[in-house]
Amino acid sequence: MSRLLEVNNLKQYFRVGGSIFRPKYVKAVDDVTFHIDKGETLGLVGESGCGKTTTGRTILRLHEPTDGQIIYDGTDITKVDMMPYRRRMQIVFQDPYASLNPRMTVGDIVGEAIDIHKLASDKHERKERIYTMLERVGLNSEHANRYPHEFSGGQRQRIGIARALAVDPEFIVCDEPISALDVSIQAQVVNMFEELQQDLGLTYLFIAHDLNVVKHISNRIGVMYLGKLVELADSYELTFHNLHPYTKSLISAIPIPDPVESRTKKRIVLEGDVPSPLDPPTGCRFRTRCPYATEICAEQEPEFREISKGHHVACHHVEKIN
Amino acid sequence: MGKTLVDIKNLRLSFFTPAGEVKALNDISIKMEEGDVLGIVGESGSGKSVTAYSLMGLVPYPGRIIGGTIDFNGHRINEMTEEQLRDIRGNEVSIIFQDPMTSLNPVYTIGNQIMEVILLHTDKDKKQACERAVELLTLVGINEPAKRMKQYPHELSGGMRQRVMIAIALACEPKLLIADEPTTALDVTIQAQILELMMELKRKIGMSIIMITHDLGIVANMCQKIAVMYAGKIVEYGTTDDIFYNPRHEYTKGLLRSIPKLTDKERKRLVPIEGTPVDLLNPPAGCPFAPRCSSCMKVCLKRMPEYTHISEDHYSACWLLQKEEFEKRGERA
Ligand SMILES: Nc1ncnc2c1ncn2[C@@H]1O[C@H](COP(=O)(O)OP(=O)(O)OP(=O)(O)O)[C@@H](O)[C@H]1O
Ligand SMILES: Nc1ncnc2c1ncn2[C@@H]1O[C@H](COP(=O)(O)OP(=O)(O)OP(=O)(O)O)[C@@H](O)[C@H]1O
Ligand code: SF4
Ligand SMILES: [Mg+2]
Ligand SMILES: [Mg+2]
Repeated sequence: MSRLLEVNNLKQYFRVGGSIFRPKYVKAVDDVTFHIDKGETLGLVGESGCGKTTTGRTILRLHEPTDGQIIYDGTDITKVDMMPYRRRMQIVFQDPYASLNPRMTVGDIVGEAIDIHKLASDKHERKERIYTMLERVGLNSEHANRYPHEFSGGQRQRIGIARALAVDPEFIVCDEPISALDVSIQAQVVNMFEELQQDLGLTYLFIAHDLNVVKHISNRIGVMYLGKLVELADSYELTFHNLHPYTKSLISAIPIPDPVESRTKKRIVLEGDVPSPLDPPTGCRFRTRCPYATEICAEQEPEFREISKGHHVACHHVEKIN
Repeated sequence: MGKTLVDIKNLRLSFFTPAGEVKALNDISIKMEEGDVLGIVGESGSGKSVTAYSLMGLVPYPGRIIGGTIDFNGHRINEMTEEQLRDIRGNEVSIIFQDPMTSLNPVYTIGNQIMEVILLHTDKDKKQACERAVELLTLVGINEPAKRMKQYPHELSGGMRQRVMIAIALACEPKLLIADEPTTALDVTIQAQILELMMELKRKIGMSIIMITHDLGIVANMCQKIAVMYAGKIVEYGTTDDIFYNPRHEYTKGLLRSIPKLTDKERKRLVPIEGTPVDLLNPPAGCPFAPRCSSCMKVCLKRMPEYTHISEDHYSACWLLQKEEFEKRGERA
């Protein structure tokens, strides 16, 4: 498999006040490195505010990166004009209600992207393209003349996906695309993402907080904590042979929809809350909640190391713990 | 068998909106014994919250109870005055909501808000109420409780606010705690803490819990009984093991097939429930799930099925079960 996206030492700091001399920053994404292969799905999980959305948006250059490098399909796109890449890299948002213009018909919502990128030579071709997209996401051509409020949550999410697909993208950042949907509808949308990937060879960065779903859809999973990637591995490996203390507690905290399994499951309940991203702990950012923390954890930031092939972890004591 | 704490019988509740009558609850019956932990799961809009609120005598405008009875802890809730209800709420039954920020008052300190409940329902004086508030904050695992008492809601994290809500809900050691999606807004590691806390308090105080959630993992973890709701109906009721290992309603079966499980060793394709949820303004005549059901028969579209009892406390309203029963009887004859 070839690499589609490479992210090297990516940083995204947001200025949040302070004085000119001593500005204050949120280190929303801090020195994050990973890659995604063509046709692959990389899942990204972690607590609220750990930097998942910012990572996705910075890759698309919806935020200008503070530092680091983004390589897309062999080209360094960190500083280039994004226009040619906008079509190839798309995003689908969490909230299917807020992300669609209520005054536009579904056809125009999907058509707008086609117009921006001049992907249809005439009205007829435009219409055909809109219909094809709607059918691809399980809607039909009759839906083109209706407005977003006439649709259910799951259908609206399909419209958002049709809009993203209308420009023939290669890579889609899916930011919590199913969180707002009913459980019975989530599977419809998850399956659709999978089918589209198979049919069109799409590559996904899939952000979600439901690890049951992320594990299902992803080839590999990255775990973030306070702006840092702390573990990255094949999704099976990450679920069953995870190495980082935070991943262990995260996985153990997921309620499993199976009474017998959940009765026998060992739970590692973490103490305390996530520290403020404005003032993260020194050294390892997880140390304030980590049951294995020692002096070195407060003094030195652990390196993000490859422990076994394709399995990266940032923890001073991985070998000792596991 | 324990003492009956909750007995809702044939409850019907509708919202009379300008667009028409929304039949939010359509013949709901629920029985709970003291100490039970009941989970209510189901689609968005199926009536989970409305059911729970009606137990506290709360019917949001423009809703009206149009049939049935609600008995709780020896009170006939649906015949009580607002004043009588106020004595019960926060005292014998408490509720915690999904978003603690909307239920905590931003302009009062945490301490004030907890003490208010204590002063309202007990004959403790201010000093005693303050002591009790500190005790409660300690009980729900908040450190430096004396300092927290003086803080305002926005100064606390989401997890801490939910703990404060629980402290307020428990102030009078209620018989029943209703938790309406109490952890949906929280991270999983914080959620685990809160659920653990609720179960620990249940053991300590001996209260019963109604857990409303869309997360089947949570009910599998903490409930003994589960009611599955669909479009204002309890379509299946049973023990947690009944529901997960022997589901008998097509909606329950579909729901379980459609969710992935973290601990699955192999990657299976999910089997979604096709179609979209019911429009309660124009509900189907028969079984509400019929339009989405892959085993739907003619009769399903016409008439609502009665409950079929699989065992004493496992029942389901589905024509397939009625048909099975009918055929069994036929064979015997
Ligand atoms: N435009 C911005 N300006 C300032 N701070 C920001 C901005 N966007 C995000 N942040 C901060 O950066 C951090 C990471 O936010 P981000 O939205 O990436 O988290 P997330 O992992 O997506 O969380 P969630 O699961 O809640 O969506 C947070 O502390 C957030 O408050
Ligand atoms: N104030 C109201 N006015 C009109 N209809 C209402 C009102 N409150 C609730 N309803 C309707 O009653 C039905 C049941 O609502 P309820 O809030 O109990 O659903 P729920 O199962 O708790 O859903 P969710 O999972 O989204 O919280 C819904 O169809 C809803 O639209
Ligand atoms: S580096 Fe130290 S504090 Fe961080 S996870 Fe490892 S043991 Fe815990
Ligand atoms: Mg986000
Ligand atoms: Mg509700």
